[in-house]
Amino acid sequence: MEATATEAARTNGRPPDEEARASLPTRLLRSVAGQVQKRIPAADLDERDPDYIRENLPAAWLLSSLWFRGEVRGLGNIPETGPVLMVGNHSGGNMTPDTTVFTLAFCAYFGVERPFYQLAHNLVLSMPQLGFLRKYGTVAASHANSQKALSARAALLVYPGGDYEVHRPSWERNRVDFGRRKGFIRLALEHDVPIVPVVSIGGQETALFISRGERLAKLLALDRMFRLKVMPVSLSLPWGLNVGDMLGHLPLPAKITVEALPPIYLREEFGAEPDLDEVYDHVTRLMQDTLDAMAAERRLPVLG
Amino acid sequence: MRVAEAIEVSAPPSVVWKVVADPTRYLHFLAGFTRWEVVSDEPGGVGARYRMLMRVGSAEIGGLIEVVEWAPERELAWTSITGIDQRGRWRLRERPREDGTMGAWVQLRMTAGVAGSGILGWISEQVAAPTVRGHLRRSLQQLKRQVEHEELRERAAARRRARAGASG
Repeated sequence: MEATATEAARTNGRPPDEEARASLPTRLLRSVAGQVQKRIPAADLDERDPDYIRENLPAAWLLSSLWFRGEVRGLGNIPETGPVLMVGNHSGGNMTPDTTVFTLAFCAYFGVERPFYQLAHNLVLSMPQLGFLRKYGTVAASHANSQKALSARAALLVYPGGDYEVHRPSWERNRVDFGRRKGFIRLALEHDVPIVPVVSIGGQETALFISRGERLAKLLALDRMFRLKVMPVSLSLPWGLNVGDMLGHLPLPAKITVEALPPIYLREEFGAEPDLDEVYDHVTRLMQDTLDAMAAERRLPVLG
Repeated sequence: MRVAEAIEVSAPPSVVWKVVADPTRYLHFLAGFTRWEVVSDEPGGVGARYRMLMRVGSAEIGGLIEVVEWAPERELAWTSITGIDQRGRWRLRERPREDGTMGAWVQLRMTAGVAGSGILGWISEQVAAPTVRGHLRRSLQQLKRQVEHEELRERAAARRRARAGASG
């Protein structure tokens, strides 16, 4: 029994004969995928370390204030206590400067003592150089982790658009695009927590994002291997042409502005059994309207 | 970071103290501060607690603070409970003025930082210091204006009462 389980784990759960029939590149890819998946840490909210966050606030403040000239508005809209689901639009490729700016502002405003978690793509958390993110409360994006965080009465930041939105082309920078993903609404209803939309602008100006590379991702079977639906192509520092953005890039010092909107209490606004599509359209419309207003404030790309 | 700013006010320390000792008035004259709310049962005195925030760069910094020294018309000091490490102090002293009346010398001090934050913490303090100093300077200027206006209004009211008494 134990031997079978070990064999299944080695072959990523596939029958051994199917694994044997697969071509060498396929087996190699599967092996890499297996290794990566093994690196993804289990959901452990205890890894968040308030002292670590506190000691690193000055470094985050320097980055946010000097490089990104971050400006965060509307933090007073976030309920002072209790669980809350913050839903953001995501930008900036794998560097996601909007998360850095917002996390700093949130921790400074509410104090590092308030439990605050952020969901990130599995691949981000499996990168050894990004292990420190777990101390900030970043956990792998999964339903189980979301459940645990909200059950622990924490504030949870999610980006429904995920890798799909974060790698959108630069000319779509002022567009909220969740790809019709509605899991966040089910989550808010399940735990009966308010949704606070968090709108950010500027992240997509930190490089020239050319394409999501969805076809390339499909061709390389990245979706099945790593849950990656994109293989982004961008022009960024210091690489020039950057395919995949796996090693990250040096973000341009674009001004990042973030605005937290008033909380939405779903059952109060949409009844006992809200229609998911209606809520989705409402939340994304609110966010898009805010993003349009923020875009109108900007005079020049990068400079803000 | 240690920042201190001082100002001369044309009103005695007792008048300045009325404003400094009343946390509900802080947001009327503190510049750059976005929150100063009482979170303890008692609004003043040793042990009173406030939640305060000040905008510096891209964040609002501060936290929960507690009053540790309360000497009416002389000293009011606080220290942080949560948030960044900070100590603050109001110092009020009498200063005789040229016209023979009594004025006040008012100093506002703040020491802030994050213990254990290393060299980047030190750099961030140096970068933030001018902003904090500017907040304190403008706060004192606004305090002076507010106190002196109140003092003038009170003197005018006293003169009106005296005239009304003399004519009556």
